[in-house]
Amino acid sequence: MSQSLIDLLRTVKPRAILGSHSQAGDATVLVPREQLLDVMTFLRDDPRCRMDVLIDVTAVDYSEYDPALRHCVTPLDAGDSAQLPRFEVVYHLLSMPHRNRIRVKVALAEDDFHLPTMCSLWIAANWGEREAYDMFGVQFDGHPDLRRVLMYDEFVGHPLRKDFAQRGYQPLVPMPNLADYADNETYR
Amino acid sequence: MTMTASQKLTQIRSELRTEEAEIVNDKMIINMGPSHPATHGTVKFVLTLDGETVDDVAITIGYLHRGFEKMAEAGTWQQVLPYTDRLNYVSPLINNVGYVGAVEKLWGVEITPRAKYIRMLISELSRLTDHLTSIAAGALELGGFTPFLYAVEAREALYPLVEELTGARLTASYTRIGGLAKDLPDGYEQHMNAALAHMEGLMIKVDKLLTKNRIFYDRMMHTGVLSQEDAISSGCTGVMLRCTGVDWDLRKHQPYLAYNELDFDVIVGSRGDNYDRYLCRFEEIGQSVKMIRQIFKQLPGGPINVGDWHVCLPPKDAVYNSIEGMIAHFKLVTEGHQVPPGEAYFAVEGGNGEVGFHIVSQGNGRPYRVKVRPPCFYAMGILKKMIVGHMLADIIPTFDTLNMIGGEVDR
Repeated sequence: MSQSLIDLLRTVKPRAILGSHSQAGDATVLVPREQLLDVMTFLRDDPRCRMDVLIDVTAVDYSEYDPALRHCVTPLDAGDSAQLPRFEVVYHLLSMPHRNRIRVKVALAEDDFHLPTMCSLWIAANWGEREAYDMFGVQFDGHPDLRRVLMYDEFVGHPLRKDFAQRGYQPLVPMPNLADYADNETYR
Repeated sequence: MTMTASQKLTQIRSELRTEEAEIVNDKMIINMGPSHPATHGTVKFVLTLDGETVDDVAITIGYLHRGFEKMAEAGTWQQVLPYTDRLNYVSPLINNVGYVGAVEKLWGVEITPRAKYIRMLISELSRLTDHLTSIAAGALELGGFTPFLYAVEAREALYPLVEELTGARLTASYTRIGGLAKDLPDGYEQHMNAALAHMEGLMIKVDKLLTKNRIFYDRMMHTGVLSQEDAISSGCTGVMLRCTGVDWDLRKHQPYLAYNELDFDVIVGSRGDNYDRYLCRFEEIGQSVKMIRQIFKQLPGGPINVGDWHVCLPPKDAVYNSIEGMIAHFKLVTEGHQVPPGEAYFAVEGGNGEVGFHIVSQGNGRPYRVKVRPPCFYAMGILKKMIVGHMLADIIPTFDTLNMIGGEVDR
């Protein structure tokens, strides 16, 4: 089941698939950033895929991961997985009509940490991408409302990066004025 | 010419007196939360009101953020388990099942049939407490104190069963990678049957008090309407999705554990409003009771843990009386479970929808990354659309039936 979906993507979008695995039965593809929106639109709209639900958006920081083992998580068709950049943004999709799932990943470097938003395809991308931005600092180009969602706006840093300390303190911040919430675009 | 402060104030006041300013001032800004007595869950709404109609709302979550995912990276695989209790704290056992399910999926561990059935049993027990909490709190926040007490009494009938099984009412930490902490205690089925009978009696009273109650009906019917397209697109799962008429339940359509061996119905609504969500929860209580009875009937015998000592702790007499047992115990506790490098996503049907765990392993006994997919988080993303343009008072039932659990949304 999961393999047939990968095969379909490889046939239809041969240049968009950099690598794939179906470890533990989870179909997973690695796509380049430039092709992401195209692949996601195909996955959502094509009758053979019909991934109508965006289940989750997240990222993984591989800076402390053993490069020699990186191919276990992200195998590449060509090239060495150990050379892959630091971050991976991960989308989990679900197709209710076909009852299957796929995981789409994009590998991104820290100094080039941005990718197009999926807000035009699923409403869920709005908050999901906000959380990924909050926790990892990834920029989603074209996102209508990219600001923190779990942490407060004055928080410094992105907590789920591996170089963010497990323990520590940040200064208390003043409570924002109520009118600021209503007037200030950033709070909407 | 520079103005003094009092001159400036006079000028501002005269400007405010103009008609235009009065129209602008018609909009009222109201703060609701983070700790509001009529919401269960810590969330802040800053509402812009036009009369009694909500013109705009700023929803702020994160007040209960404890860094679950960061903490999970600090310990061994088994040490994450107690944190999962604190995600959805009205149905902690489902989170336990989901987390260990993800680890077992990545590792390729097949648990014993008895463990599968007991995991289903605790999932359904937790679903009951979750739905009862939602119905009880929902009734209370609309002014129905009596049905609240009945529903909470029904929930109280179930918590002793959780305690009898796990030793704790809320922070259960009952599952283990490859099995369970302990087997069912003696006489558990009788205790369960007595509690379920008590609960069913109380739910009949709640049903009589609420379902056809004029006030309750008027406040729930056609309020907080969610369209099917929005529900699917916004990633809503569970009751939030089924109330709009989508027939989707992970237990039925992507069955995990042994749910394919149970006979139950998926409850769907048609209007996607608060009343449908209330009815769906009410009916799902009945389905869960039905499933628990089936589980006891079909409960297989045998061990609850897999026999592999790399996965499950060896029994205590093996630890104390054999060198292999002691070494296995020592290595498992100090080094953690040797989950192979890779990644996996495993989802279970929680009280509010799909609770998913995306885990990444490096093969060194510790989780490299644990991501929880909380169902309420995505439901909160669409909440704004459900309350803007409607009455202020409708926020209470809408937020109730969404059943946001702070620990789960904020992690």
